[in-house]
Amino acid sequence: MALFNLNINGKTQEIDVDPNTPMLWVLRDHLKLVGTKYGCGIAQCGACTVHLGNNAVRSCQLPVSSIGEEKVTTIEGLSENGDHPVQKAWLEVDVPQCGYCQAGQIMTAAALLEKNPNPSDSEIETAMNGNICRCGTYIRIKKAVKMAAGAAANS
Amino acid sequence: MVSVKTNIGRRAFIKNTSLASGGLMLGFSWLNSCKSNEAEKMEVREMPKEWFEINGYLKIGDNGLVTIISPNPEGGQNVKTSMPMIVAEELGVDWNNVIVEQAPLNTALYNRQFIGGSQAIRTSWEGLRMAGASARYMLVAAAAQVWEVPAAEITTSAGMLHHEASNKSVSYGNLASAAAQVSVPEEVELKEIGDFDIIGTSKKNVDGTDIVTGKPLFGIDTYKDGMLTAMIVHPPAFGLKLKSVDGEAVKSMPGIQDVFPIKVLEDDFTRQHFDTCAFLEVVAIVGGSTWEVMQAKKALSVQWEPFETYTEERQPYRGPQQTLTIPAGLESTDVHRKKMAEMVSKKAEVVRKDGNPEAAFKNAVKVIEQTYTAPFLAHNCMEPMNFFADVKEDSAQLSGPLQKAELTEQTLAARLGMPVERIDIQMTRLGGGYGRRSYANWALEAALISQKMQAPIKLVYSREDDMTGGIYRPAYQVTYKAALDVENNLTAIHVNAGGIPESPLYADRFPAGAVDNYLAQRWEINTNITIGSFRAPRSNFMASAEQSFLDEVAEAAGKDPIDFRLELLDHASKNPVVSNPIDYDAQRYAGVLKLVKEKSKWGETTNGISRGVSAYFCHNSYAAQVVDMRWENDKPIIDKVTCAIDCGIVVNPDAASNLCEGGIVDGIGNALYGEQTFKDGVPQKSNFDTYRMIRMGEAPKQIDVHFVENNIDPTGLGEPTFPPVFAAVANALYKATGKRYYDQPYLT
Ligand code: FES
Ligand code: FES
Repeated sequence: MALFNLNINGKTQEIDVDPNTPMLWVLRDHLKLVGTKYGCGIAQCGACTVHLGNNAVRSCQLPVSSIGEEKVTTIEGLSENGDHPVQKAWLEVDVPQCGYCQAGQIMTAAALLEKNPNPSDSEIETAMNGNICRCGTYIRIKKAVKMAAGAAANS
Repeated sequence: MVSVKTNIGRRAFIKNTSLASGGLMLGFSWLNSCKSNEAEKMEVREMPKEWFEINGYLKIGDNGLVTIISPNPEGGQNVKTSMPMIVAEELGVDWNNVIVEQAPLNTALYNRQFIGGSQAIRTSWEGLRMAGASARYMLVAAAAQVWEVPAAEITTSAGMLHHEASNKSVSYGNLASAAAQVSVPEEVELKEIGDFDIIGTSKKNVDGTDIVTGKPLFGIDTYKDGMLTAMIVHPPAFGLKLKSVDGEAVKSMPGIQDVFPIKVLEDDFTRQHFDTCAFLEVVAIVGGSTWEVMQAKKALSVQWEPFETYTEERQPYRGPQQTLTIPAGLESTDVHRKKMAEMVSKKAEVVRKDGNPEAAFKNAVKVIEQTYTAPFLAHNCMEPMNFFADVKEDSAQLSGPLQKAELTEQTLAARLGMPVERIDIQMTRLGGGYGRRSYANWALEAALISQKMQAPIKLVYSREDDMTGGIYRPAYQVTYKAALDVENNLTAIHVNAGGIPESPLYADRFPAGAVDNYLAQRWEINTNITIGSFRAPRSNFMASAEQSFLDEVAEAAGKDPIDFRLELLDHASKNPVVSNPIDYDAQRYAGVLKLVKEKSKWGETTNGISRGVSAYFCHNSYAAQVVDMRWENDKPIIDKVTCAIDCGIVVNPDAASNLCEGGIVDGIGNALYGEQTFKDGVPQKSNFDTYRMIRMGEAPKQIDVHFVENNIDPTGLGEPTFPPVFAAVANALYKATGKRYYDQPYLT
């Protein structure tokens, strides 16, 4: 066990865990931030995507000891009132079916738009390819990403 | 208006009215159940001081806010939005003033709280309408009493009651208390379909905001005070059972509390249909955090041994009790394939025979014969199997994602030796179901672990436990044979369909009834690998084989594939084969083909685009699809899928489209990539690094969904678009590559 001071969603959190514990389980089991989902545990599905600084990363592969001072943002901290342009677009397009993969999809999309405010279809496909949706909502996801990009461009 | 007796779902009206007499105040949490995408409206919308329960489906607040209880679990089919829409329609309220709550499992109040067979809306349609209509009746009766006017003179609109002659109006909220005292009518009037103003308009997912902000909605998100985390270790291969476990070493690992074997089902347990269980004894590991338990799981040493052939008693969903034989042995996919191939020439059981197929084949000018195969498939719900259990001496509290909570509760009661009344189950949102969560062996495991630990526990399967745990879509094979006469008329069809361990055959479906000479046979090969319902069970394979085959026959007959099918359907409706019944409506079937033909602009060609068509009937609905494909760098790119579907009245059109799009994408994924294989009993794919799932780049660029407009009561939607697309893809692949695709997955 070891003590870590983590910066999560703008708050400092003190955690006492095994240094190898992936952030996914720190968030879920220890901080009860359950929006970040477990899907595969091996960086294949994207359900556990969070932001480390400005990058979308797979929290199931991210040992708590590797975080240091870096800011971690989860779906719960993406916006104060659920009004991040990506979240708004997701509601407008009514993307989710079961919804389980969607937090990871949204976090990947938000990081993409941060870096590339006006992605092409193929850039969206490349960025989102690591996020599996068994319900098959990919078309709506792409549409919502474009809508969010458009909204950001117009604002 | 249509008068109907309120017999369907009446339990829910009656029991609760007695409860509600006197205006029952119900516990209620605004934040938990608020209709979230209306978040902005929250500030203007005040919570009522009091709620009045009108019946089991709805309560009305003194300020006019209405809570509608959604009876069925939600797993992405959007029933949590569309079922309450039906109640709201007949009640006559503004949808913006509706809050939706998930019902707990309550067999005394609700019928069939299932997800499965795409039947939620179909089987609850009348009951939900009556719930709304009888509440409206009670409000009208209350107003008639207060105003001392005839009830027939009272009209309602958007949560208001009016009496035009005396120019009186009052809101539902003001009369809710009085309405709760009115006795439930024996008969109610339902709206004319043409007067619907909520049904048929698109309403957003009531859980949308909670989903996009990461609220705890799913079973796996359950965390309770004092709760422990449990995982299981199951045999690594089908055909093996537990020999011994040495848990001592891992018990001293950080956070680990206990390691012990559990007997999931006793040997003499009479199973219900959904009690399929591959691994009768598993090892439980219980500890503090998931990560700690995962580490212990890796370190644990367990010995396994082969089991002998055994039998189990099973009560199937329909029909008499059966004794199933579970064969010993470690099975492999290559042996499965060989065994299935041998069945092509073996005698099989005749299920249906029309006319004289033998003679027709003898007299045929052309005979076409092809064999189609498909592998076992894992469901791969994105939320791994999990369940929360807090089992005490004489009661149990459980929650988690279930498709058949009522049946799970019965099994839990039998296994725990506890009456169902002492078992309370909360149904959480399902992170996907597709059939998998009808088989809740993990709920039993959770309960048994909690009982042993005398503590609340959450059982979580790792992805590997989930993917290697059985309940797969069976492996199938079907051989089709067709006879053409000199004028290229289809004179006979022979279908011989089997699988491991079940046949996918639906003997009375198309093209039965459309061909004068028809023979259907079935066979089965036993296995110890467990199987279960998988999105559109059996149909998901029959459609792919049948519709690929018809494409090939149409080509041999020199006919356009859509025209060829329409000819057959025309035959089925004009000169039906009368010796045996058919289970489809040939005209509705033709209807979706005609619609897809028109909407896809079938017949127009575009350079580089290859097109494939397919149509299928299942779950009481009809779906037809055209796939537009390009072949680039040795890979298919699907530009567009045009889909026509006849599922009767569409309750929530945009959400319905979403579900159809999902069925199509999921179908394409499974057709191209889906398979689970075995070597010496060991599932060869255990996670998404080896089990290929469709990803965004491989999904169609566009899907257009067109609904047939009619006034037929709604039928299934979650499954019907899934089966046909397998064949539409195969037929497009043929056009693109010149090669017919007979074995799934098409791309390996
Ligand atoms: S859980 Fe991390 S990528 Fe799947
Ligand atoms: S919405 Fe169900 S897995 Fe994506």
